[in-house]
Amino acid sequence: MKKLLAVIVAVAMSASASAENTAIVGGKVFTQTNQGILESATVLIKDGKIERITEGNTVPDGYTKVDATGKVVTPGLVGALTSLGLVEVSSWAGLVDASVETTPISSTGAAMDVSYAINPDSTLIGVSRLEGVTSAATTMESTEQLFHGLGAVISLNDNTDILKSKAFMVVNVGGDGAEETGGSRAALWVTLEQVLSEVTSVKNIPGPGSEWHGLTTRADLAALKGVVAGDIPLFMQADRAADIRQIIAFKKRHPSINIVLLHGVEAWRVADELAANDIPVIIDPQLNLPGNFEQLGATLANAGRLEAAGVTIAIGMETHNIRLATQHAGNAVANGLSHEAGIASLTSGPAKILGLEKQVGTLAPGKRADVVIWSGDPLEVTEVAEQVYINGKAIDMTSRQTKLRERYQTLQMQGGSMPSHYIRK
Amino acid sequence: MKHTHSRLTLAFACLFSVMVAGCGDNSADKQAQDAKVEIDSNPYPSTYKPISGEATVITNVTILDGVGKRIDNGMVYFADGKIAAVGETVEYPEGTQVIDGQGKWVTPGIIDNHSHLGVYPSPSVGSTSDGNEMVKPVTPGVWAEHSVWAQDSGFGRALAGGVTALQILPGSGNLIGGRSVVLKNVPNRTMQDMKFPDAPYGMKMACGENPKRVYGDKGGPMTRMGNVRGYRQAWADAQDYLRQWERYDKEYADGKNPKAPKRDLDLETLAGVLKGDILVHMHCYRADEMTTMIDLMQEFDYKIASFHHAVEAYKIADKLKENNICAALWADWWGFKLEAYDGIRENIPLVHTAGACAIVHSDDELGIQRLNQEAAKAWSDGKRAGMNIPMEDAWTWLSANPAKSLGIFDKTGSLETGKNADLVLWNGNPFSTYTKAERVYIDGGLAYSLDDKMSWPVSDFELGQVGEGDAK
Repeated sequence: MKKLLAVIVAVAMSASASAENTAIVGGKVFTQTNQGILESATVLIKDGKIERITEGNTVPDGYTKVDATGKVVTPGLVGALTSLGLVEVSSWAGLVDASVETTPISSTGAAMDVSYAINPDSTLIGVSRLEGVTSAATTMESTEQLFHGLGAVISLNDNTDILKSKAFMVVNVGGDGAEETGGSRAALWVTLEQVLSEVTSVKNIPGPGSEWHGLTTRADLAALKGVVAGDIPLFMQADRAADIRQIIAFKKRHPSINIVLLHGVEAWRVADELAANDIPVIIDPQLNLPGNFEQLGATLANAGRLEAAGVTIAIGMETHNIRLATQHAGNAVANGLSHEAGIASLTSGPAKILGLEKQVGTLAPGKRADVVIWSGDPLEVTEVAEQVYINGKAIDMTSRQTKLRERYQTLQMQGGSMPSHYIRK
Repeated sequence: MKHTHSRLTLAFACLFSVMVAGCGDNSADKQAQDAKVEIDSNPYPSTYKPISGEATVITNVTILDGVGKRIDNGMVYFADGKIAAVGETVEYPEGTQVIDGQGKWVTPGIIDNHSHLGVYPSPSVGSTSDGNEMVKPVTPGVWAEHSVWAQDSGFGRALAGGVTALQILPGSGNLIGGRSVVLKNVPNRTMQDMKFPDAPYGMKMACGENPKRVYGDKGGPMTRMGNVRGYRQAWADAQDYLRQWERYDKEYADGKNPKAPKRDLDLETLAGVLKGDILVHMHCYRADEMTTMIDLMQEFDYKIASFHHAVEAYKIADKLKENNICAALWADWWGFKLEAYDGIRENIPLVHTAGACAIVHSDDELGIQRLNQEAAKAWSDGKRAGMNIPMEDAWTWLSANPAKSLGIFDKTGSLETGKNADLVLWNGNPFSTYTKAERVYIDGGLAYSLDDKMSWPVSDFELGQVGEGDAK
């Protein structure tokens, strides 16, 4: 029992060991700003913010010095598209807040708002953050309607603070999207245009006393106002080149709407037009199979070709394993993306796409001090986040998964002399 | 019970007996016998023909031989489809093609023992979805090979990832899902053109959530205990079936003229397992369920070759070792269902460290393209947790161990003299994200070359479509 107590005390102490002001010294720093990549620099963190980044290893008084010599320092990774905080176990294990059944509040799916559903105690948060993911876009996977509701951007800190609610909205204009709206793109696009014209034509949302016969509900109208004004980016999901061209045409018809292409398996075929129309892309660069008739042009070269055309890209579409975005980006680099763009696709790229560039995604004075010290190149599968800081605080680098590993590693070493349930290293 | 003769032999035997003995009773002390009923165990034989290759030696190369040896600056020589010599320096005849492997690595070809390529092919649509015969919980009589669409573009992509052989399994909706087939990964017109010569058949079984979810509302099983009842009844039926055939064989051998039992395709596969001809591959996530399955296997005296997905293998690695059962694992998948909730990144190294047989598998048309990276992740995660497994041992997860689980290790899975020349030349350290398979040899034939676009397989489905022959 005494031994157990000692273990508990040790754990408690390590959890509280975080300094307010930190200097990360000597690492190769990817600032993701005009400062570029600094081979050996000092990152000063004060009061939860990046104070400044200086070349060399001079540390002013009052900072806890952390040696990162030989290591790599980057901004915390920004998950480009996840359902973090909305799902614990995806299949058949209780409610999943990332999907919704038909409800009278919304006829188009626009009004759903994930901000109300986020659970800071989700084990996915702990598992993801200790591998370098410090913030993430989170949204519904399915509403079986036109729109996937209002997504949010969350911090993966202890409270899972919402950095931005009503941050973006997803609409699928590919085949799957058409399935939910009439079973044909011929119906889907007309519906979309009708909905938007309805939103623009209604100056004031009708109250309960007045009649309303729109395609949308009153709640949908309110949500879509922000989209039409360009305040809430519209993530338009499509894979085939024909659908992406429709998105570009849509952008020309609605220049005020802030459009992002989502998924974009054949985006490379339309890369120049995407660049010319300033449409960034969120992709999974590993999709290289003709999964359906919308993905015939799938290739691992997608990301590199988009970069060559000048398109801003973000990589990181996953939930349980958003931590693997680094591997996805690494494989894109192995297939033509520059390493620089690979790091950007995980940090400054998604931050910009999500409209969070003033807070996260770069190491610049005044930004949230979301910082990762990596054992080496973050895009190498054999390298790892050694220490993660969120809001300037060194996070406890443990999760339910590391505890399970410790328990059973101990069991293995003890030769099973103690029943597993009693082992709490 | 011998199941070796073809139907042709059977027909001929009857004809022969008609001519000679008239198939009638012409013996006073012995009952006349009908032709013995024998069942062809290989009615859909392999028609695989290797790509012809020239004798080749790779020099100055880092070698992982797949069975625990690493040679820096070594040589691999192969000819006539076989590995001829591996070492620091090897002898080879004049006229041998020499490839300078400076800065490169050679390994045995990767073997994925859990794939659904062909049965869940790309395009992945309802009309091609042929992997799960979910009409009743026990369907050992279905054979995955009869669903395999050889035009699945996934084969070619897997080849570019260094995969030289793979097991195609039926899905996991059923308690007993059917037979698997092992393929050589040389994409061709038909499944039989790819079929691995003389590889034993496998049989897929599944624990836990899937069967109970699929059948809970359709007559059961609806619980894990219902699942186990289902397996046990199936094995009991198979024992009875086996006894019927044994009785028939004995009575026939005694000169009687017994009526042969009616063939039952489901029980025939199960009987094949009980006789040791067919290997069991069992989809099972949870430690407690795997332990129950080990008891089940002992109760009915058969062998489980491998547990697949085994997300909790690390909890019972000692029991896997004791029972000589491999665990085929992902590096990091977790949480998509409750039985995958306890996934940890050190599963593979913990199983390895306990002395059990660990395998990296994909179950995925994308994952199969980079199994070397999956092994690399597990290897480095293990290292950080204090398990210092040399890379040359870690490679056993990708070739030797899966080959053992499939019963083909006598033919492939390592760079040992006499084995099939199934090997990969990597353009760098295969445990790096940035490394690619530069040349993939299967039976000594060059099946894929990174630098030669014409060597990239293009399926019929891709021909004449957007992206034909593009970098993939």
